[in-house]
Amino acid sequence: MKEYTYTEKKDTRSGFGAAMTELGRTNPNVIALCADLVGSLKIDTFIKENPDRFVQCGIAEANMIGIAAGLSIAGHIPFATTFANFGSGRVYDQIRQSVAYSDKNVKIAVSHAGLTLGEDGATHQILEDIGLMKMLPGMTVINPCDYNQTKAATIAAANYEGPVYLRFGRPVVPVFTDAEQTFEIGKAWLMNEGTDVTIIATGHLVWEAVQACNQLAEMGINAELINIHTIKPLDEEAILTSVSKTSCIVTCEEHNRIGGLGDSVAQLLIKYNPLPQEYIAVDDSFGESGTPKQLMEKYGLDTDHILKAVEKAIKRKKAE
Amino acid sequence: MVQVTDIVQLTKIASQVRRDIVRQVHGCQSGHPGGSLGCTDLLVALFFNIMKHSNQFNMKGEGEDLFFLSNGHISPVLYSVLARSGYFEVSELATFRKLNSRLQGHPTTHEHLPGIRMSAGSLGQGLSVAIGAAISKKLKKDSCLVYALMGDGEQNEGQIWEAVQFAPHHKIDNLIAIVDVNGQQIDGPTELVMSNRNLANKYSAFGWQIVYMDGNNMADVVTSLHTAKELCGQGVPVVIMMKTEMGAGVDFMMGSHKWHGVAPNDEQLLLALAQLEETLGDY
Repeated sequence: MKEYTYTEKKDTRSGFGAAMTELGRTNPNVIALCADLVGSLKIDTFIKENPDRFVQCGIAEANMIGIAAGLSIAGHIPFATTFANFGSGRVYDQIRQSVAYSDKNVKIAVSHAGLTLGEDGATHQILEDIGLMKMLPGMTVINPCDYNQTKAATIAAANYEGPVYLRFGRPVVPVFTDAEQTFEIGKAWLMNEGTDVTIIATGHLVWEAVQACNQLAEMGINAELINIHTIKPLDEEAILTSVSKTSCIVTCEEHNRIGGLGDSVAQLLIKYNPLPQEYIAVDDSFGESGTPKQLMEKYGLDTDHILKAVEKAIKRKKAE
Repeated sequence: MVQVTDIVQLTKIASQVRRDIVRQVHGCQSGHPGGSLGCTDLLVALFFNIMKHSNQFNMKGEGEDLFFLSNGHISPVLYSVLARSGYFEVSELATFRKLNSRLQGHPTTHEHLPGIRMSAGSLGQGLSVAIGAAISKKLKKDSCLVYALMGDGEQNEGQIWEAVQFAPHHKIDNLIAIVDVNGQQIDGPTELVMSNRNLANKYSAFGWQIVYMDGNNMADVVTSLHTAKELCGQGVPVVIMMKTEMGAGVDFMMGSHKWHGVAPNDEQLLLALAQLEETLGDY
């Protein structure tokens, strides 16, 4: 297993904030909008340095999405920011009509996605947003894994013409990707080559998968690890190439098993190469209050669960 | 665009636009004639007299006044004024609501119809979009104005009130919102379905300047739009309460919600056209 290490832990949302600071200095068309969650989205520096390019919308997300769409018409690049729950499900129709169907260059950048926002509980822990957003024609869906990748993804989203849903989170997690990485939307990152099983992970689950791969290596299992930061468009070629070697797959995401990355991969495999697949995802339920670590364990998203899923996938492969 | 300043001439254009509306809706036996006819005078005044705009369509609209239709179901009137302004051939009006048309049931950018900058149909979204466009104009030091038309039934939508709250707070004073007060919505009179009681007072309480307009009197439409323009640039958004009659111009369609979304049959079409002078030539 290729070695991945870290010297510090940071939240992915701070990677977004750092990118916005950079964009504020380098791209005069970038505008930030927020629905009363500036501190949580880490855009204080952007606002301080570019007060004219910040639009405080108050707790009114539907209006924020519409304003972002209007801002984009003459060439501004609006980043509409809030929590993932309020920037997806709550405003689905606004995103559908005013952004996606209107072909608007709007970036919906949302924090506190998934279970790992922790103690606030299920009202805030959206686990359906990837599904909602990937169903919209023309929408790009990105779910980066650490601070550095989130920063790079944000800058890539600003440079890309078209609507983007950029999803990140609240907790501090290891920073294990390069600070100076190139981020290509829709291009998977092959983190480790292997032959026994393909593990595809997105977001906070990538680090869990790295740990799982380390343990698998000790057990003599060669896992191929792919980081899918872009869920739509999906890097189909990378996935198909990998499973042609490994013949079984485990998908890992902090999302409902219905409608997320796992389903996108399953759809791909059904069409081109049906193979045993195991899901690491929340099993069609809401979350609850707890620490991120407790929740990841209870809802089956941690390293131990990935190891069990790998074991099961390999067993199914051998049984066929 | 060549500006038409003569009220008689504008009224003649409106007559042709009304013919276009009933013929479009009749042609596909589908669509919304009532609100389209009611808002005809406003759209004719905007596109032929008031707004600075170019029929050589450019999405960005820099240096142009922008118009956003929020109540997208009155698409027939918008398509007619765009065609009659030269954005596209008037013959294309015959494709309204038909397969493979750029003239979708509700306006969309998706089919690249010149003149359309935002999709509308799901109600309540246009004012927010117009505010965004207005902020963009300010940032780009573009002194042109943004217009947004909404229905009075549409005022039921919560998003409208998020936007109504936002605009005065952020001093959006390069925006003229217009509410088509025809007192009707699909299920019946607005007063019975969901009362807008004291609508102007509500906008006023939120911090808007109010202008009243007789929306089916061309002279008053033009005068009121000039009044609204003069109120711009004072740090306060402007809204026009535009009193109209649903179905205006066609007697049997007036005064009822029943023609909100119903197409005339062959006989009714002839009755309607008999009341509307053909001034620019039918498509």
